[in-house]
Amino acid sequence: MLIFNPSNIASKTRTISRRMFLVNCFKAVVLIGIAGRLTALQVTESRKYKSLSDKNRFRETKISPPRGIIKDYFGNEIASNKKIYQLHVVPENTPNIDKLFVRVKSLINLTDQRIFFLKKKIARQKVWESIIISDNLTWSEFSRLNLFLHELQGAQPVVSIARFYKDNSSAHAIGYVSEISAKDLRNKKYLAELNIAGIAIGKVGLEASLDQDMLGVPGYLRYEVNAFGKRIKQVSTYEGVKGKTYRTTFDLEVQKTAAQALENVSGAVCVMDIYNGDIVSMVSSPNFNPNSFVHGVKKEEWEEIKSNIDKPMINKAVSGLYPPGSTIKTLTALSALENDVTSPNLRIKCKGYIDFYGERFHCWKKKGHGVLNLKGAIKRSCDVYFYEVSRKLGVDKLAETARKFGLGKKVLAGFNEEKAGVVPNTKWKLNQIGKNWYLGETLHAGIGQGYFLSTPLQLCLMTAQLANGGFKIKPRIVVDEKVEVNSLQKYLDYKKENPNAKQGGIVQNNFNPEPLFRNQENINFVKNAMFAASNEPGGTSYGSRHKDKKFMFAGKTGSSQIKRFTEAQREAETKQADITYKERDHAWFIAFTPVEDPKYAISVLVEHGGSGSSSAAPVAKKVIKKVIERHEIRSAVSNNKLSENI
Amino acid sequence: MLYSKSSLHNPFAVRDKLFSLDFILLFSVLLLGIISIFAQYSSNGGEWGPLPINHAIRFLIFFSFFILISFINVNLWNRFSFLIFIILILLLIAVKFFGLQSQGSRRWINLFVFILQPSELMKVGIILFLANYYHRTSSSDVNKIKYLLIPVIAIFIPFTLVMTQPDLGTALLILFSGLIITWLAGVRWKIFAYLSLLALVLAPVAISFLKPYQKSRILSFLNPNLDPLGAGYQIIQSKIAVGSGGLFGKGFLNGSQAYLDFLPEKHTDFIFTLYAEEFGFFGSILMVFLYFLITYRIVHIGNITRSIFGKLFCYGFSTAFFIYVTVNMSMVLGLLPIVGAPLPILSYGGSSMLAIMFGLGIVMSCHVHKNYSGS
Repeated sequence: MLIFNPSNIASKTRTISRRMFLVNCFKAVVLIGIAGRLTALQVTESRKYKSLSDKNRFRETKISPPRGIIKDYFGNEIASNKKIYQLHVVPENTPNIDKLFVRVKSLINLTDQRIFFLKKKIARQKVWESIIISDNLTWSEFSRLNLFLHELQGAQPVVSIARFYKDNSSAHAIGYVSEISAKDLRNKKYLAELNIAGIAIGKVGLEASLDQDMLGVPGYLRYEVNAFGKRIKQVSTYEGVKGKTYRTTFDLEVQKTAAQALENVSGAVCVMDIYNGDIVSMVSSPNFNPNSFVHGVKKEEWEEIKSNIDKPMINKAVSGLYPPGSTIKTLTALSALENDVTSPNLRIKCKGYIDFYGERFHCWKKKGHGVLNLKGAIKRSCDVYFYEVSRKLGVDKLAETARKFGLGKKVLAGFNEEKAGVVPNTKWKLNQIGKNWYLGETLHAGIGQGYFLSTPLQLCLMTAQLANGGFKIKPRIVVDEKVEVNSLQKYLDYKKENPNAKQGGIVQNNFNPEPLFRNQENINFVKNAMFAASNEPGGTSYGSRHKDKKFMFAGKTGSSQIKRFTEAQREAETKQADITYKERDHAWFIAFTPVEDPKYAISVLVEHGGSGSSSAAPVAKKVIKKVIERHEIRSAVSNNKLSENI
Repeated sequence: MLYSKSSLHNPFAVRDKLFSLDFILLFSVLLLGIISIFAQYSSNGGEWGPLPINHAIRFLIFFSFFILISFINVNLWNRFSFLIFIILILLLIAVKFFGLQSQGSRRWINLFVFILQPSELMKVGIILFLANYYHRTSSSDVNKIKYLLIPVIAIFIPFTLVMTQPDLGTALLILFSGLIITWLAGVRWKIFAYLSLLALVLAPVAISFLKPYQKSRILSFLNPNLDPLGAGYQIIQSKIAVGSGGLFGKGFLNGSQAYLDFLPEKHTDFIFTLYAEEFGFFGSILMVFLYFLITYRIVHIGNITRSIFGKLFCYGFSTAFFIYVTVNMSMVLGLLPIVGAPLPILSYGGSSMLAIMFGLGIVMSCHVHKNYSGS
């Protein structure tokens, strides 16, 4: 055959070899390409792909470290952590989830609603992710579960820790923690960085304002997952750093006594150390059980709290705003003396009312007080006398003194719920209401009515600053060991030992006192008048006095009008007890104690309590007794720095 | 002739033939086979299971088969090539009617003894057939239309049959295998240029026939991040696996990408990724070198073979083999779109291994019978 002749074969071979050479060249190019790609991936960019590979395989779960504890001044835990018992289930490990629920339901308290919710949640998540069936079991439930655990395949009893509050007396001041919400995440930056699902965070009170530091540094569990997200093995763990523990200035015993004294009324009590501003007690009533919120408040309980007209969730000590009433008369008198518009000897006759500018202003006492001097007017709380004084003084000077003593601005730093209140003056009215000040309003302001609004804590600070001789103090709740707080005390001690020491110079530099007065005699005058009001017959709080010198206090009553008395009511001499609860006056009482050597100031507010003498002063009496009883141990702690061992 | 007397029944001839095997090729294939068994063992999570055991058994059987085929005179393969081609066509047609379906494509046929993927065998079958065809065709006739018709039909039929299974990857490999032989045989550049032009014109039409998943594969190749959890997932995860292997690899049985199931199809198309992750750059280069060595040896055998059939088959098969390897590697390294193309010998799959060993067997037969120049 022709095709197999040698020349044909030779020419074919030539063609094939030539073309094969080209193919081989092409192969070489491709091989270089592949080797280049391998070099790029495995040598040049290997670091990038290694990290991508690690990103694929490692997952981290954040673990929240134990929350910082809040202690009182003596080291007793107010907000603590306790062990809680939970039941977790991994759906993957259970042969039949429905049967498991039925069995678990027979052992612990589990509602059908909750089961329905859990099943929905299980359907949404991966089968190997564990789910919390019950987050707070009683010990008996927990032990029952452990006993029958062999029947509950896939169920896992877990011991965890959660916030616990021993009693409700400090509920408002301490606040509570609850599960993080979307709103919290939006409002608080540090939470977004924290990124722990379902963590309990502080919602109000100190729990909220100290939240960031009390959360601590979260730890993590790092584990390897497969492509479907299933955990294969744990790689590493980091425990995190425990949250910061805080010591407060509160005395848990006083807190309890104050809460008890306010048990059946709506109101607030504040107690303050007059030299260093330590807030010994800050209680609002009615209170609530902060533990209810830790695991999510139950609907019925929440409804009950919401429907309570006395608003248990409001911290009345710092966010309740009330006209200060007659308690302001201490400052009206002081302001008038300091501004030389009156003298203690000015005598005015009270006949139950006074007419100014064509308007009649009534005294609370219809029959009138007769002729009074300034001290008598404070002691008996005569309105007519103070109408006259404040008319002479003018509202702007009064406002200046009131502001100086701490009214109209926040007392604490960083306490979220605190409100500033209002100290009215002519400028304020023009700015806020857009109208000019009427002279008649000055008279109302002089007896603490009208636009005046203050919190119980502000009045407590005012009283403290009067009681310590008129020096500025900085109230605090949280103890910071680094800050020297006793300089005022030392200054006063120094002055007692060296009565001739001059102001300024070394004294000023060492102790740096900030006097709020022009003439300290005026302060002493007001203090004496307050003493008279509580301890001399005819004084407004004479009935609630302590006879024992140890507990003796000097105070001033007050009542803030909710609704102006009608002429008819005035004529009929209507008693506060006879009008509807919501329209009754709020009752105030402010005091310092002991009178010999004042140490503490107190303010008491009883909402709709009628008069200060009948409802607020008795509360103060009870609390003061406790405060004085606790004084020795308290000063021992602060002097010996016992705190360091606590 | 002297050689026609030689047969398997003659013990001396068998011994002679044994010594005339190309040992470099033989040991390269054996080494690759051993590596492949370890790779399969690793892809099974580091334990023996049906897959690595199957693979090992297959390799041993087909490796023996490879030696056995090489003892049969290459003339026989030349003569039977048409018959083999026809049988494969019939099998492909049978797949259309009795084929086993899996994941939307019909590629396999149950032969009761084993399950066969005829398209894999066709990759070698087309080379065999065309090598025989050009062996018989005079070089002066190669470019005549009449003589071009048969190769075109011979390529077109299996291509269409496989394409419609559907199996784009294998169909393209059959097409390229066929084209290589026609080109080596001396068909003019011009004709290929025309064909390319025609393909370009027909491309839009062809694309409209592509299945949605095939289109998305091509799109995701062009931009894997288009759909990182869908079509682009394989490419991204494969690149991560290879890249994270680094210079020395994560170590045998330590490939986290493979072990934690991030790597898809790790025992078939993506076996090289698993290997590259565990053995790193040096391991990968060694593997590339082994494949290069095999290709080079096949070309070498083609060089020393005197018959046109032998030369064409060796050159054709070496090029096809090279294409299988590089297409698979380029695919897992993100240089080509994901088309189902196994890596010769390393990937799990009996038909692919059978086809490769069969091809290698004929190549080896060319070496053993290198002095044979055709009847």
